[in-house]
Amino acid sequence: MKGPNPRKFLLVLTPTPLSALSGIALLVLILLAVFAPWVSPYPYDVQNLSIANQAPSALHWFGTDDFGRDVLSRVIFGARTSLSVSLISISLSLFGGVIIGAFCGYLGGWVDRLGMSIVDLTWFFPEILLALLIVAILGPGSESTIIAIAIAYLAQFTRLTRTQIITLKRQTFVEASLSMGAGPLHIMMRRLLPNAIAPVIVVAMLSTGNAILLEATLGFFGMGAQPPIPSWGGMMSTGSSQLFNAPWVIVWPGIFVALSVIFINLFGDGILRALDVKARMRTQ
Amino acid sequence: MLGYTIRRLLALVPVFFVVSGVVFLVVHLVPGDPVDHLIRTGSSPDQRAEIIARYGLDRSLIEQYISWLGRVISGDLGTAIVMRRPVATLIWDNLGYSLALGGWALAFSALAGVAAGAIAASFRERWIDHGLMGVSLLGSTVPTFWLGLLMIMLFAVQLGWVPVSGARHWTSLILPVLTVGLGGMALVARVTRIAMIETAREDFVMLLHAKGVPRWTIQIRHVLRHALIPVVTILSLRIGLIIGGSVTVEYVFARPGLGSLLIRALSQRDYPLVQGCLLFLAMAVMLGTLLGDLLQAAMDPRQRDEATR
Repeated sequence: MKGPNPRKFLLVLTPTPLSALSGIALLVLILLAVFAPWVSPYPYDVQNLSIANQAPSALHWFGTDDFGRDVLSRVIFGARTSLSVSLISISLSLFGGVIIGAFCGYLGGWVDRLGMSIVDLTWFFPEILLALLIVAILGPGSESTIIAIAIAYLAQFTRLTRTQIITLKRQTFVEASLSMGAGPLHIMMRRLLPNAIAPVIVVAMLSTGNAILLEATLGFFGMGAQPPIPSWGGMMSTGSSQLFNAPWVIVWPGIFVALSVIFINLFGDGILRALDVKARMRTQ
Repeated sequence: MLGYTIRRLLALVPVFFVVSGVVFLVVHLVPGDPVDHLIRTGSSPDQRAEIIARYGLDRSLIEQYISWLGRVISGDLGTAIVMRRPVATLIWDNLGYSLALGGWALAFSALAGVAAGAIAASFRERWIDHGLMGVSLLGSTVPTFWLGLLMIMLFAVQLGWVPVSGARHWTSLILPVLTVGLGGMALVARVTRIAMIETAREDFVMLLHAKGVPRWTIQIRHVLRHALIPVVTILSLRIGLIIGGSVTVEYVFARPGLGSLLIRALSQRDYPLVQGCLLFLAMAVMLGTLLGDLLQAAMDPRQRDEATR
C-alpha cells in the first residue's frame, strides 16, 4: 500500500464544489477568529446598560446582550475560543492516540492488552459525562476543557491507529525493511506511521466538529472558558436566562456552532471520498 | 446462543471491576482531602472520625476499594451529602424519568431514522434523497441544548402547544423526546441508507427482480429487512448513550433524571452521589452494548459462531 503523495493530496482536497465551498467557508471563519480585534465592530467586553437586550439593528447587526455588549463582536471573539479549544484538544488527542495506538499495535502482547484496556475505559462513559467529570475534577476553564475533550476522543484515535499498524506491520515492505537491518524506531517512524496516518487525520478532522459541539455544551454548563472571555457555549449559557426577551443572544452563537460543524463535516466528507479512505479502511 | 450470552456476561466482569475502580477513585482524584468531599462542611470532629471509620479512609486504597465495592454490590451507595438521602433511593427515583425519555427518544430516532433512510435509499441521488439526508444531518450538527431552547421558544412559548419544562404531564415529554431523538436520527438514517444501497447490489435481490417481484415489495420485505442488522447494532450502542447522554436535554427542560441528578451533584460537589450516578450510567452503557451484541447475534448466526469459535 502506498501512502498519499502530498502533491496529490492537495489536488484531491477539493473533489466536489460543495466541499470546496465548505473549505473556503471554514477558512473565512478561521480568519475571522484570528483577526477578531480588527474585524469585529466593537470590543467584546464593553458594557453599555442603556442599550441592553436590543434587537438586531443597523448599529448592532446581531443585537446586544443583557449587558449591552455587541453580540456580533462577541460571536467573532467567541470563534477564537471555540475554534482554538477544539483544534488544540483534537490535536492533543490525535497525538496521544497515535503514539499509544502505534506502540500497542507494533509491540502487541501485554503492552497492547494493558494499553488498550486503559484507553477503552473511556468508552463506558458517554463523552459528555466523561468531559463533565474531568472538568469537575480539574475545575472549570479553557485548559480543563481542552484536557477533557482530548481524553474523551483518545480511544477513537488509539483504536484506529492500532488497527492500521497491525495490518501494515505484516506487509512485505516492512519485512523487506526489517531484512535490510532497520531498527524498530526506523520501521515505526519511516515505514509504518507515514502509511497509517492518513485515515486517522481525516477522522480527526471530522471529530473537530464534535469537539466544537462538546466545547459548546461544556460552556453551556458554565464549565468552559470563564467570563468575560466569550465562547459560543458560554454566550448561550448566559443568554438562556434572557431566552424570551432577547432570543438573538443564543440564536447567533448556536448558528455559528452549527455552521462550523456542517462545514467541517462537508469538507471532511469530501476529503474522505477523495482519498477513498473508507474503502481502504473496509478492506483492512 | 446461551453459551454466547454467558461468555459475553463473563467478559463484562473484569470491565466492571475496572470501571468501578475508576468511579471509586473520583473522591481521591479531586484535589483536597477525601474526608472533606464526603461530609458536610462544618461537621464536628466526631462526625469526621465517623466518616473516616465508615469509609475506612485510614486504610490502604485497595482495602477501601474492596469495602466500598462490597457495600455497592449489596445496594448501599452511601448517603448524598447535600440532599441527605440514600444515593440508591435518589437514583431509583430519577431512573424512571431517564428511562421514559431515553426509551421514547430511541423509539423516535429508530422509526424516523429507518423511514428516512429507507426513503432516501429508494430515491438514491434524487432531490428527495439529498433533502432527507441534509435535514437529518442538520439534526446532528446543531447543539442539542440549543435545539431544545429554540423548540421551547417556538412550540411552548409562541404556540403554547406544550409545557415549557418540568415533567408533570405526558405532553412535557414531547419536546425533550424530539430534541434527543432528532440528534440520534441522522446516524440511523445514514446507516439504513447505506446498508440498503449495499444490500440492493446483492445477487438475491437481482434474482427477486428477475422473478418479477414488485419493486416496493423487494425494497421493504427483503432489502430493508436485510439492512436492519447494522441499524440494530447502532441503536443498541445508543441505549446507554441516550440514558446518560441526555444530560443537556434534561437540564434545558428542567426535567428530573439521572443526567440532571449528576449535574446537580457535580455542581454541589456531592461526591457520593457523583459516584453513584457515574457507576449507574456506566453500567447502563455496558448493559446496552451487551444487549446490542446479543440482539445482533440472535439476528445473525454468523456473528455468534465467529465469537464462539
